[in-house]
Amino acid sequence: MSEKHINIKLKVWRQKNKSASGKMEDYSLSGVSTDMSFLEMMDTLNEKLTKENKEPVAFDHDCREGICGMCSMHINGRPHGPLKGVTTCQLHMRSFNDGDTIVVEPWRASAFPVLRDLVVDRTSFDRIQHAGGFISINTGAAPDANAIPVPKVNADEAFLAAQCIGCGACVAACKNSSAMLFTSAKVSQYALLPQGQAERSRRVEAMVAQMDKEGFGACTNTGACSAECPKEISISHIARLNRDYIAAKSSSEAV
Amino acid sequence: MSWISTTFTSSLGKKFIVALTGLFLCSFLMVHCGINSLIFLNDGGLAFNAGAEFMITNPVIKLMEYVLFLGLIAHIVQTLMLAYQNKKARPVEYHTSNGAANSKWYSRSMTLLGTLILIFLILHLSHFWASKVTGHLAASGETMFEEMKEVFENLWVVIIYVLAQGALGYHLLHGFQSAHQTLGLNHVKYNGLIKGVGTVLAVVLPVLFAAMPIVIYLGIIK
Ligand code: SF4
Ligand code: FES
Repeated sequence: MSEKHINIKLKVWRQKNKSASGKMEDYSLSGVSTDMSFLEMMDTLNEKLTKENKEPVAFDHDCREGICGMCSMHINGRPHGPLKGVTTCQLHMRSFNDGDTIVVEPWRASAFPVLRDLVVDRTSFDRIQHAGGFISINTGAAPDANAIPVPKVNADEAFLAAQCIGCGACVAACKNSSAMLFTSAKVSQYALLPQGQAERSRRVEAMVAQMDKEGFGACTNTGACSAECPKEISISHIARLNRDYIAAKSSSEAV
Repeated sequence: MSWISTTFTSSLGKKFIVALTGLFLCSFLMVHCGINSLIFLNDGGLAFNAGAEFMITNPVIKLMEYVLFLGLIAHIVQTLMLAYQNKKARPVEYHTSNGAANSKWYSRSMTLLGTLILIFLILHLSHFWASKVTGHLAASGETMFEEMKEVFENLWVVIIYVLAQGALGYHLLHGFQSAHQTLGLNHVKYNGLIKGVGTVLAVVLPVLFAAMPIVIYLGIIK
């Protein structure tokens, strides 16, 4: 596809800090290369704002290659914008047309408070992970790779779950701000492997309890999470979480 | 708190109750629809009245009526609690939201559809259940079928009944599948079946229910 240059209008959420009330602000950018990534376009906007002695737009980003999960923009009403299975950093301006108005907002959830502009605090995800998203073993020297045999199908399914990059798009897309897709991916990646069995019940109980405590909503199975997830995590993991939760609650030692 | 209360006060526990009661209410709808469909025999309500008589007098069914109301109330109360919790989980709404890009409108509108069904249900109970409880039906010597014909003489009532079936259909279309997913019943071998049964129920039940007031109003069934 050959490079083009387009003129766009932007509506961006601006908010000074956590307690300030924010608002949408209008900007326009001309001559935006369609080969630019969305974040490069935001960089261009920020250069322009800096030259005008205005405060640049704060946004999260790190790897810019779709693996870290930091970039988190709600673009034209969808987390990570219009493409399927793509993070904001991997979205390019060729997905937009000349004259488009692009609305850019932060993730919206009480468990993801806005820190500034488009930056939200996603440590609630970390706390869910810390509650049980691990296996307790003495690490020592690296064990032999095939010491514990794992069937290929199980390994594949576990890896599909482990693809979750913790970006939070599932929460952002869900009308209930539910974190079920994230939590189910983190529960599944261990539930499918032999190493995860010892703490399986304790893990799911603790992670669900933490998820509720953080104030995420309850899942109503709309499927929006999976449709917007850049790693296309399946809602079959949510069903596994539900099964594991029933099993854990009815049989674990924790009374 | 004991493990039982922590389970049922968790978001997942509340959802299990919504799912279980939802499936239970589905089974009630099937029985209800089956018996009412006897009017289509066009035998002057003979078979239907016999069926209704059985439902009113059988002690097991009488007991189930209480279970049914409990189930219905649990379904409503739990959903309202969840809906409130979910509302609180997003205090600031998006400026622009494109839900149509990632989910079905009826999946996102279950509370609204459920509320419409509830409003209809209150009207429906005032039409057919109140007269039974107050003993009016027995006192007047009217049969259920006669009462049905009386109620469906009114065009507005017919229209409301038919529209309400639309809400029921979409509620079931999402609800039946969703309940299975919530109970963890998602498996390649059965997903097709669950989806199929859910879709059939969501179409057949409302269509039959909607046909009843229509055929009576038009005098096709006498
Ligand atoms: S499940 Fe998908 S959308 Fe949710 S945090 Fe993980 S990668 Fe992001
Ligand atoms: S910046 Fe790392 S995934 Fe987008």
